[in-house]
Parts: sequence; structure tokens; C-alpha cells
Amino acid sequence: MTSVELWITLGIPVVLIVVGKVVGASLERGHYRSIVDREARFRARPAISTKELDAAGLVQSASLAVGSVVVSVDHFKRFVSGFRMIFGGEVRSYSSLIDRARREAVLRMKESKPGADAYLNTRIETSTISSTAGNEGMGTIEVLAYGTAVHYHHRP
Amino acid sequence: MNGEAHLILTNIDSVPGRQIVQHFGLVQGSTIRAKHFGRDFAAGLKNIVGGELKGYTELLQESRAEATNRMVAQASELGANAVINVRFTTSSVAQGASEILAYGTAVLVE
Repeated sequence: MTSVELWITLGIPVVLIVVGKVVGASLERGHYRSIVDREARFRARPAISTKELDAAGLVQSASLAVGSVVVSVDHFKRFVSGFRMIFGGEVRSYSSLIDRARREAVLRMKESKPGADAYLNTRIETSTISSTAGNEGMGTIEVLAYGTAVHYHHRP
Repeated sequence: MNGEAHLILTNIDSVPGRQIVQHFGLVQGSTIRAKHFGRDFAAGLKNIVGGELKGYTELLQESRAEATNRMVAQASELGANAVINVRFTTSSVAQGASEILAYGTAVLVE
């Protein structure tokens, strides 16, 4: 065991964690900017979780809108959450991941039927994804959002 | 998704603005997909920095479209022109393989 080998075995995880922190944080900021931007554009076309609409009878057409996204956490957050698993408590580093994924999925659902006036009965489903090796299940999730996109008759 | 052109899909109890004239019962479509090795490798690299894994997103979208198409095919075979109350579920069958199921109620609307 030379010191070179020691540096390599210790160095690679540290480099991955640092790269994950730096690149991952900047990607997350960019993603949040894009989410806020697109949410503002769709504010007049709400996704609601009820089946009824206040303007019943005015609907012109209805169709299914679906949006999904698969996201994973970066190495830094995976490392930090490892500590959290020891002491318990809220894992904040994962909250932002799931928040991003849900908002992105809902936006994609809306973008799949961009002209709709409302999205009724919006459902959000989350499932974890495991790799073929089975050891990366933690930190990779798929979020699916779907609802019924309705167009109203245009009011005079 | 294909098939949407001639069949109306909704995930509520009715097709808004249309009257249901006949019920055909439950229709379903499912598919089980295993992940591609190349995609798994690329996703492994992407895992370092986090964020969206586009390969997986596409894979699951394709599978969901496939499951929906099978459901729609079953419905149109029965003579339905709409599927209401559509639900999607995902379950992992084995390591690296997941089943996607789409189901709903086939109906005839006027």
C-alpha cells in the first residue's frame, strides 16, 4: 500500500463530492429559475385537484395531459444525507430535489396541452427507480403528473 | 400519444360536455421495460451532478405511451370512443425493470 494508492482511494470520492456540490448547485439554481419562469406563464391556466369545475357546461373539449420527469440528487447531497440517516430528522437536501421534480412534472403536463384553460383532477405520483445493480435506488425518482385538460367555450 | 386522435381520454368520471350512452367496463394496458445498459451507464455519470436523467425520462415516457396505446386498442375493439377515469401506476417487478399499467373505463359518448 503506497501513499499514491491511498490518495487515489480517498481522492476519487472527495473529487466526486466536490464536483457534485459545485455543478449540482449551479444546475439546481438554473432549474429553479426556469421553473419559476414557466410557472408564471401558466398561472392563468391552473392545475386543480378536484373533478368539478365551476363553469360546468361551458366545456368544449377534454383530453388527457401527461408529464413526467426522472431526477437524481448529486453526490454531495447523497453524502450529506448519509449523515442525516445517522441522527434522524428532516433530510433537507432531498426536499429540494422532490420539489423540483414535482413542479417540473406539473409544468410538463401543462406543456403537453398548452392551450387548455384548466387541468382537472391533477394527480401526482412518485416512484423510486433502482439501477440494475440495485444499489442506487436512493436518490433517483420519477414523478408523473396527469390530469384532464379542458378547453372552455370562449366567452363573448 | 397515438390513438388520442380518435379516442377521448380523461381522468375524471365523465367526458365534460358529452353524454355517456354506454359502458363497456374496465380496459387496461401494461408493459414491462428493462433498462438499457448504455442508458444505465450514462445515468450513472449524471448521478454525480444530479438533475434530470433524460434517458430514463424518455424510457418511461415511451413505456407509458405503449401501455396507453394497448389500453386504447382494447377500448376501440369493444366499440368505445372514450376512456374515462384513466389511472397510471408503476411498480418495480425486478431490479432494473418496471411495469407500467394504464387502466380506465371504456364508454361510448354521443
